[in-house]
Amino acid sequence: MADASLLRDSRLDALGRLAAPLGRFAALLTIALALFAAVLVLFGRNPLRAYADIFSSTLGSAYGVSETLVKMTPLILTALAAAVPSRIWLINVGGEGQLFVGALCATWAAIHLDGLPSFLLLTIMAALGFLGGGLWAAIAGGLRAGGWVSETISTLLMNYVAILLVNFLVFGPWKDPDGVNYPQTVEFAAGAILPMLGGTRVHLGLVFALVATIVCAFLLARTRWGLEVRAIGGNAEAARRNGIPIERYVLVTMLIGGGLAGLAGMAEVSAIQGRLRPSLSPGYGYSGFLISWMAGGHPAGIVAAAFVLAVITAGGDILQMTQALPGSVVNILMAVVLFVVLARQAGRP
Amino acid sequence: MIPKLFAMLTTLALATGSWWTAAAEPKLQVGVLHLGSVTDGGYNQAHAEGIEVMKKNLPDVEVIQVENVPEGADAERVMENMIKRGAQMIVAASFGYLEPAMRVAQKYPNVKFFHPGGYKRTPNMTTYWASTPEAFYLMGVAAGKTTKTNKIGYVVALPISFFLANINAFELGARSVNPKVETRVVFTGTFLDPGKEATAANALLEQGCDVLGVIVDSPITVVQVAEKRGAYSVGFHYIGVSKFAPKGWVTGVAFTWGNLYTRFARDVMDGKFKSEDILGGLADDFLTLAPLGAAVPKDAATLVEAKRQEFIARKAHPFQGPLNDNRGVERVKTGETFPLTDLRKMDWLVEGVVGQPR
Repeated sequence: MADASLLRDSRLDALGRLAAPLGRFAALLTIALALFAAVLVLFGRNPLRAYADIFSSTLGSAYGVSETLVKMTPLILTALAAAVPSRIWLINVGGEGQLFVGALCATWAAIHLDGLPSFLLLTIMAALGFLGGGLWAAIAGGLRAGGWVSETISTLLMNYVAILLVNFLVFGPWKDPDGVNYPQTVEFAAGAILPMLGGTRVHLGLVFALVATIVCAFLLARTRWGLEVRAIGGNAEAARRNGIPIERYVLVTMLIGGGLAGLAGMAEVSAIQGRLRPSLSPGYGYSGFLISWMAGGHPAGIVAAAFVLAVITAGGDILQMTQALPGSVVNILMAVVLFVVLARQAGRP
Repeated sequence: MIPKLFAMLTTLALATGSWWTAAAEPKLQVGVLHLGSVTDGGYNQAHAEGIEVMKKNLPDVEVIQVENVPEGADAERVMENMIKRGAQMIVAASFGYLEPAMRVAQKYPNVKFFHPGGYKRTPNMTTYWASTPEAFYLMGVAAGKTTKTNKIGYVVALPISFFLANINAFELGARSVNPKVETRVVFTGTFLDPGKEATAANALLEQGCDVLGVIVDSPITVVQVAEKRGAYSVGFHYIGVSKFAPKGWVTGVAFTWGNLYTRFARDVMDGKFKSEDILGGLADDFLTLAPLGAAVPKDAATLVEAKRQEFIARKAHPFQGPLNDNRGVERVKTGETFPLTDLRKMDWLVEGVVGQPR
């Protein structure tokens, strides 16, 4: 009987769950934009022009669209990193650290195996990135599965460890000897750079992100594995009594989540930075966590929310350029959007 | 739904008129990127005020300024957007923008780029910096005369060569007037993290330091901590930071980029741009030693001024051998000097500095 209701649920997943929340999300976004319009009026700016500027610069040209996609790529992956474990109520705040460890492992390959053919090298880098981030998250998963440490605490704290680890390497053994003592590795060889689309900066990482989204959606909605994940998410105690090995699911969902964040790190370090440095991520891991929350952990919602956040960040720079607004005003827009969306969630059971 | 909404807004905005044709065509549009806030009382504000001076000197120049731009993917996008909006000159005002700027510079060979502190260039990019060790030496003289505990603390962002050179010069200046002075360094690992800076400043004060210096983007935090706890402070980057330490102010060195930016913009407008590596110093108008504070003993002023004249006249050198590093390895032989043009290679801390260069 439990199975039947879960099956019905899975069909809802595929159809109903997609359209309704996206519509609601758009409505909430409109409220947020209206609130921010009031802020803009307070600053003496024309909100319609401001929004038109954001729109035309991010979506009004091929270049703008390409840059929005560049910005979305790590956000989708880090959001999935939080979303997959969240299906069994695990709170993975460690996307940032998992991203850094993934980048670190990929960098190891980029530096030490640079003689390999590009296809092979990039495959190894992606695999190591996934594994690095995944195992890093699995440590927290293991601590949780054993009932020792809450994963919320351990993933958060391990972010700092991961960043310090990267710092240790780029300040020390991996430091570029020609970089005026600046903490960064040598520049990657051309073979270690992910291919880009045409003359843009849209890179293969976007394909990783979209494929990961579809695979996660499929796994969660259409497989026995996903069914059991939902069973645990629905009622962990009942699932345990039905013989589902919860500990294994804790480990595996953390491994997948961390692996996706690690893949984001690999893509950023390879395609965008071309070398490892401490300023690899402006908080993609944390933004991804928020995106996952905004989307309620739903894969399609994640793509939509990542899109909105990417447009806000990229458009925020434009507000500074065209409206001469201070950079902090953009943070107000971001905060207004988050408050409105999260307020909606607080209102739900 | 979302695109439709945006489309609607665009149409409305276009309908409200005076859209692209707001003002007369400027002769030159300059795009400026800042890593932090332009009101940080430090590195970013110094650049921003330099740009303001340029605007005053050259009313035909229009500036597009963006602050809080991270050094990775975002920097390139902001630069390209500026260029798409007509910028023919880009000032990428943070060290970490070097490679993003070079990539964009290669894509837009007709746009002129300016990068502070860069160690490589493209044909359409100039790098510029002011050699600060002489000024740090002078600050060391003033601080060495001021300290009572003979321990000076330095809160430093990263152990990059320029910063190591500054600390070394500071310690050597302090030792020249007070052989007992030691300088303790804490690296925060980032150009801006007020939390870490406050922690580091407090830790240094607890170790007995009574003068604090700072090499991070915004000196405000460290200077305020020192002032609050009755210690002295040495500023950096921005001349206005002394107002945060009315009692404990020793001195500071500040970048006054205004005239240099004016020259850059004029050169671009006159078609006289050339890619070069500019390294100024005490004698140039873009580096200023702040007036000594009330806390500094009277005889220090004479010493500082005398040494300043010697530096300008090239009769003295901040890195005069023999110099050992703080592990006992000889770095500069007796009678030799460490060339100021080689600062990019300095990867050691001089004897008397407590800390490791990484």
